[in-house]
Amino acid sequence: MNIAVCVKQVPDTSSPGRLDPSSHTLDRAGKLMLDPSDEYGVEMALQLITAAGGGQVTLVSMAPHNEVSGLRTALAMGADKAILVSDDALQGTDALGTAKVLAKALQRVNADLILAATESTDGYTGTLPVQVAELLGLPSVTFAKRVRVEGGNVLVDRQTEAGYDEVTCPLPALVTVTAGVVEPRYPSFKGIMAAKSRPIEQLTVADLDLSPDQVGWSGAGQEVVSVEPAEARQAGEIVVDEGDGHERIVAFLEQLKVI
Amino acid sequence: MATQRIMVVAESFGGVALPVSLELLTKARQLAPTVEAVTWGDDTAAQLGEYGATKVYTVGDLGAALPGVPVAAAIAALIEQGGAPDAILIPATYDGRDIAGRLSAKLDRSVLTNVVGLEAGLVSEHAIFGGTEVLKARFTGAAPAIFVVRAKSFAAEAADGADAPEVVAVDVPDQGASNGAVVTERHVEERTGPKLDEAAVVVSGGRGLGEAGRYQLIEDLAKLLHGAPGASRAIVDAGWVPYAYQVGQTGKTVKPTVYIAAGISGATQHMVGMKGAKNIVAINKDEEAPIFSIADLGIVGDVGKVLPKLIEALKARG
Repeated sequence: MNIAVCVKQVPDTSSPGRLDPSSHTLDRAGKLMLDPSDEYGVEMALQLITAAGGGQVTLVSMAPHNEVSGLRTALAMGADKAILVSDDALQGTDALGTAKVLAKALQRVNADLILAATESTDGYTGTLPVQVAELLGLPSVTFAKRVRVEGGNVLVDRQTEAGYDEVTCPLPALVTVTAGVVEPRYPSFKGIMAAKSRPIEQLTVADLDLSPDQVGWSGAGQEVVSVEPAEARQAGEIVVDEGDGHERIVAFLEQLKVI
Repeated sequence: MATQRIMVVAESFGGVALPVSLELLTKARQLAPTVEAVTWGDDTAAQLGEYGATKVYTVGDLGAALPGVPVAAAIAALIEQGGAPDAILIPATYDGRDIAGRLSAKLDRSVLTNVVGLEAGLVSEHAIFGGTEVLKARFTGAAPAIFVVRAKSFAAEAADGADAPEVVAVDVPDQGASNGAVVTERHVEERTGPKLDEAAVVVSGGRGLGEAGRYQLIEDLAKLLHGAPGASRAIVDAGWVPYAYQVGQTGKTVKPTVYIAAGISGATQHMVGMKGAKNIVAINKDEEAPIFSIADLGIVGDVGKVLPKLIEALKARG
């Protein structure tokens, strides 16, 4: 079985994000890392390949400046190879444009199953995987909290407002996995060493048979009008608990007439 | 050009429209003279009419299919026949996001998600970086503008003297393989007490509780305050509580009178879902926790010590 995992390389998630003041796009100039929410898709792919008795896991990513550090992390976890699309012409690409790029790259993989996170940690648009599925004419099951492959179908427990649905979907298909669906492994030293020699195929827009007006600023169907600081909440009172913290809360609730 | 017509994707559950569907209809009415709804499953046309839909397109019973593919296909077919509305408003629910993604790719139109406000001229508002900044955006391409809107972004108000809407059945063109997913069984996770997104008091717990067993403190406190228990994504991911408890970006948006965050540091993911609460109480042992920046009352302390005392004090009041 062959599985493709869409992964995003994002700015360090432990530091607050920043918009480029002129372009209003997220500042991705610094070092990028594997989006933590993508670790679940990579882990799920590795587990499904093991359960299937063999196959390949291919990472597919689009990033500026030929960034590969996040891909190396996922390769060190155990993925076999990666495709990276990087091109200055992609600056300003919106979610649909990104979906077009990834769909073209995914066509080269011919995977039985495509996995992605439900949304990225930096932009959290949350529509890209389904856009990819539509562009490829594939069925999709989003918000998976459990995934198995059985007899040419992917079986998914899909989160719903009320609980969850059991969903059966014929392969090939695309599935988005929620955080927590599996426990991602840490790359071993052996894995990190092996990752250095695993192939990363680097592609440009021209390699993907996409016209330049479908991507980048010209392909983006949306623009930022303004960015302003949000109305700040009135600064509250912060007190250190000296054994009386609960009394402060009771008084506060009384004042609000909640109790 | 003035906005003429807005289409609202009106999701329902258990025979009634979701509150967010009614919120979107209300907002659409303020922005355009003609408001239409697209729905599937149960017949909610009368209710959608009360909130301003003059025409309700119904895709009917989807059987075991997931809504994303057939509903998007039906909307695309409507647009092919009758032209595009200026905008399509879609609730930020699981199925709503599926519909938006499918529709966007099908129509080759961009999509703006996580919308928390809409102004005349179809300018959308988005809370970014945990709600510390507000970004405004608009579409530059041809109609329709596709917006995915978070629940509770607008108040729902019934329209004055609304007539019963015209109901139009819509056929779903065959979608072949892309509509191959089938629901084989639906599970409802029961919970007692007020609903998380409707409760006046919400008490949420996070990783700072230390262990799954301590979540009982959250349940107990919520019960004493006649509120609903909630959770951060961290402890949902860790399997301490079901997903239905999650407050935040990928969970519920809540706007209670009082929100008590216990052992929650205040990740962007969480803050987006609760910063609209009227009053926020935070208990966290790390005084640098971001949650304190939006708390009306912050207690720097161990939730394992503060919560039991708080529970005892409330019980003593009877």
